Amino acid sequence: MKPAAFDYVVATSTDDAVSRLAEFGEDARVIAGGQSLVPMLALRLARPSVLVDINRIAELAGTKAEGSSLRIGAMTRQNTIMQDALVGKHAPALAAATRLVGHHQTRNRGTIGGSIALGEPASEYPATAVALGAQIELRSKGGTRTIPARDFYEAAYTTAIKTGEMIHAVHFPHWPQGTAMAVDEIARRPGDFALTGIVVALAIDAGGKITRAGIGWFGMAQTPCVAVQAEKALVGQSAAKLDIPAIAALAVADTEPWDDIHATVAYRRIVGGRLAARVIKKAVAMKGIA
Amino acid sequence: MSDHNIESRINGAVYKKTVPARRTLADFLRQDCNLTGTHIGCEHGVCGACTVIVDGVAVRSCLMLAVQADGADVRTVEGVASQDGTLHRVQQVLHEEHGLQCGFCTPGFVMTLVSLVERGDNVSEEEMKAALSGHICRCTGYQGILRAVKKLATQNTTAKA
Repeated sequence: MKPAAFDYVVATSTDDAVSRLAEFGEDARVIAGGQSLVPMLALRLARPSVLVDINRIAELAGTKAEGSSLRIGAMTRQNTIMQDALVGKHAPALAAATRLVGHHQTRNRGTIGGSIALGEPASEYPATAVALGAQIELRSKGGTRTIPARDFYEAAYTTAIKTGEMIHAVHFPHWPQGTAMAVDEIARRPGDFALTGIVVALAIDAGGKITRAGIGWFGMAQTPCVAVQAEKALVGQSAAKLDIPAIAALAVADTEPWDDIHATVAYRRIVGGRLAARVIKKAVAMKGIA
Repeated sequence: MSDHNIESRINGAVYKKTVPARRTLADFLRQDCNLTGTHIGCEHGVCGACTVIVDGVAVRSCLMLAVQADGADVRTVEGVASQDGTLHRVQQVLHEEHGLQCGFCTPGFVMTLVSLVERGDNVSEEEMKAALSGHICRCTGYQGILRAVKKLATQNTTAKA
């Protein structure tokens, strides 16, 4: 349970971090909060030759309103996000999802960049980014590129991040006034990986009509999974008159869950459907964002 | 394989040591600083026994590298009671409510609760209970621990009134 030996460097700036990543190549790993990486090192599931520590780069932490989106620096800690006023105002689903991420003690270290980059299929942040239409900003020595969260995840623990790149920030677009956002999951114990979980955002206009919908599943496929059919079906409908079980069934139709020792495919689909219905119902009953 | 010279303040005293990059803060505290009050249970962030306070917040010391604590202010269970041996109010209520059995997990529970009650915003019983979900007690002595938490919350309310 001790990590294999590795070298360690402290990056003093983002430029320094990306030039180190370019220098060390594919054996290097970025360490942000380390709340998933250090267990993987301890279990020797990961054996990088060098860690590039980005914890001391001040410009990587914090939230900022930028035009039509909310920018969250990669090193922003999860407990900071949970209490951040801008997150509460523009992306309340992210604050709600954070309550389900690990435990108080791991959220004090864990970061949004780390969680988004890991691509754990059952984790809350990737699904929230996908549901809300976030953009992932990547930095490398060569420059910056931005990828929609919906195109970022390729397989379990596999993302579009290339060797030499790191996440610089995650941008959450502003949703219209009146958008209701809700998140929930089913896990065996608080802080455990979700067996199934869902993030729902519904933009509802003054007349009670749904103008836009974002739905992301976690724990229901190898990557965070978008409920495309349910999103389409919701637009144009009256929020008060939804056939919620039918929408939930459509949402489940877009998932590809797996069997493991915790739950079967059938279980995940049944429980996921019930959860989707519950979360959509909760969103419809909520007061939307101001 | 790199070695690093680090300097951390632990329970008010400065420790200057050379550590390999892979040494966790938990091992550093126990092996390099002889502060064996911090217990190591699972060594991969699940059990919470190794919880310490770093720069004011509770963290798992098995999920932080010692080299990352360079320049940090660390508090362990050894630094909780007063110099004269008077127990911290968290320790006192755990004692009064029989909030421990074998005691292995206790330093972790103590550090999380200390970090919350010292935050100065009258932390609620619910918030303390939620934070304790990050700790496992294999004696399942949770009832006593929860009674202690209720007492802490009552003390907060009384202090406020």
